[in-house]
Amino acid sequence: MSTKASRFSARLMLAPAVILLLGWMLVPLTLTLIFSFQRFLPLRGGFQGWVGFENYARFVSSSAFWPAIQATVIIVGGVLLITVILGILLAILLDQPMWGQGIVRILVIAPFFVMPTVSGLVWKNMFMDPNNGLLSHLWRYFGADPVIWLSDASMLSIILIVSWQWLPFATLILLTAIQSLDSEQLEAAEMDGAPVLSRFWHIILPHLSRAVTIVILIQTIFLLAIFAEIFVTTQGSFGTRTLTYLIFQRVLESQNVGLGSAGGIYAVILANIFALLLMRIVGKNLDR
Amino acid sequence: MGQIVLEQVTKRFGDVTVIPPLNLTIEDGEFAVFVGPSGCGKSTLLRLIAGLEDVTSGEIRIDGKPSATIPPAKRGLAMVFQSYALYPHMTVRKNIAFPLRMAGLDKAEQDRRVTQAAEVLNLTDYLERRPGQLSGGQRQRVAIGRAIVREPAAFLFDEPLSNLDAALRVGMRLEISELHKRLKTTMIYVTHDQVEAMTMADKIVVLRAGHIEQVGSPLELYRAPRNLFVAGFIGSPKMNLITGPEAAKHDATTIGIRPEHISISASEGRWPGVVGVSEHLGSDTFFHVQNTGLGESVTVRADGEVGFKYGDQIYLTPRADMIHRFDAEGLRIA
Repeated sequence: MSTKASRFSARLMLAPAVILLLGWMLVPLTLTLIFSFQRFLPLRGGFQGWVGFENYARFVSSSAFWPAIQATVIIVGGVLLITVILGILLAILLDQPMWGQGIVRILVIAPFFVMPTVSGLVWKNMFMDPNNGLLSHLWRYFGADPVIWLSDASMLSIILIVSWQWLPFATLILLTAIQSLDSEQLEAAEMDGAPVLSRFWHIILPHLSRAVTIVILIQTIFLLAIFAEIFVTTQGSFGTRTLTYLIFQRVLESQNVGLGSAGGIYAVILANIFALLLMRIVGKNLDR
Repeated sequence: MGQIVLEQVTKRFGDVTVIPPLNLTIEDGEFAVFVGPSGCGKSTLLRLIAGLEDVTSGEIRIDGKPSATIPPAKRGLAMVFQSYALYPHMTVRKNIAFPLRMAGLDKAEQDRRVTQAAEVLNLTDYLERRPGQLSGGQRQRVAIGRAIVREPAAFLFDEPLSNLDAALRVGMRLEISELHKRLKTTMIYVTHDQVEAMTMADKIVVLRAGHIEQVGSPLELYRAPRNLFVAGFIGSPKMNLITGPEAAKHDATTIGIRPEHISISASEGRWPGVVGVSEHLGSDTFFHVQNTGLGESVTVRADGEVGFKYGDQIYLTPRADMIHRFDAEGLRIA
């Protein structure tokens, strides 16, 4: 790939993909930007002129804004915590030689293939339903009052559902990372007198640090945008209204496209800040 | 201090017997080299001694104590791995200090021992670097440093030089030999390279398929190989092994004669032949002589200045007192 001709043909062949991706990204982004500076109420008079930064100011000053940010942070943070910790433990477990390893690994990955809407509904109706859910049966079996999950422990419920979905992803990445650990390093540590826990702390965990950063980075970007799980369960009530959900409500429920678009731009900026921050950390880790 | 005794030790992985019953004693302060072709069980044997594998039966005594129930860390042995197994996220200092930290030594003592080891191994300038920033030879020294600081009863080396280039290997070979002379600690060294074995060992243990073929000092093995395998394995280039009528003349099934014990002449000698490929090393020249009527081509060492060319007619004469005789089972006839 070094001659002029081959570079040119490489660009030519890449062009369709690049143009498609750029269009895919740029057209909606530009439209959102344009809408965000307009007063645009499709069902109540449509386009009503340019308003400058008024939408941006209104979105932030709304009483729903800070609670939404808080909910987003709690959900993202909670899911990250659960998936990373359980992911590491599961990865170590799955790395042990055992009978039926292949099947177990596929089963562990399975939740990742379930669509968010479906998993939300399954959890809502089969597990968390106060009357017929498996969890309420379990609670009653032990003589306790069933928890009304989605209203009394709404935040925890959402975090559980989303964690269940993303745990396989974390486990998979961490498992491959563990498998790449040189077994001689563990043996050397064993000879050096490190007991099991020290080996985990001093050898395995540092080895996993890069994989953990990557899991956090990728998951954060996706978790900032979770929507279906909230839509099919709490519909944003009981304190589970995230930034994404707030934008959805502004655009579709209040039919205020301008205001929602301004929120969308905020979300884009927020996601980018996160991405940049995390990329830096990953970059630092990769430098070593 | 560091006497290691193996008594009727066996090792099986499932149905595969890697080590059949084996007896061996390594004396305190000895530099013992396990040598053999790959897959002969030499690394397994080392791991059994280290405690990284359990013996199937038999007993290993370190310093007189049966080791079966002693975990690897408590055996007083330090191991240098083939891949060095340095901890990539720790600096050289932390790598070397790791076993001391695990042993719960206080900070000052850790520092003292690390500094001392770094001086011995010329690592003082590299203490704050990470393994990734070191060359192969330096990593090797860090791995040795991590072993030294524990002040073990014996060092175990698992093919430590196989990842280094040829020039560095010669240098490290000397350094390890020198280290042994200075520390006078028992060392067990595993390699498949007979040159390493010959140059470093006090005692060579030649292994094949888990069996000990011969144990002895390098010169004992060179002078009196007990069987055809050892005869072919020790010495470079390999000993010429000749069968047929020529061997029968010596009342043997096979006779062996080393390339350096054959003289070469243009005019007269016992075996006529034609020069094939010759390898010029400067100091020596190795001729591969064809058409000798002895079956295979015969390798001969000559002085570097001997100038026979491809296709020259020459004559070879073996030194009569250097002919090794082997019987039908491949065992040496005394």
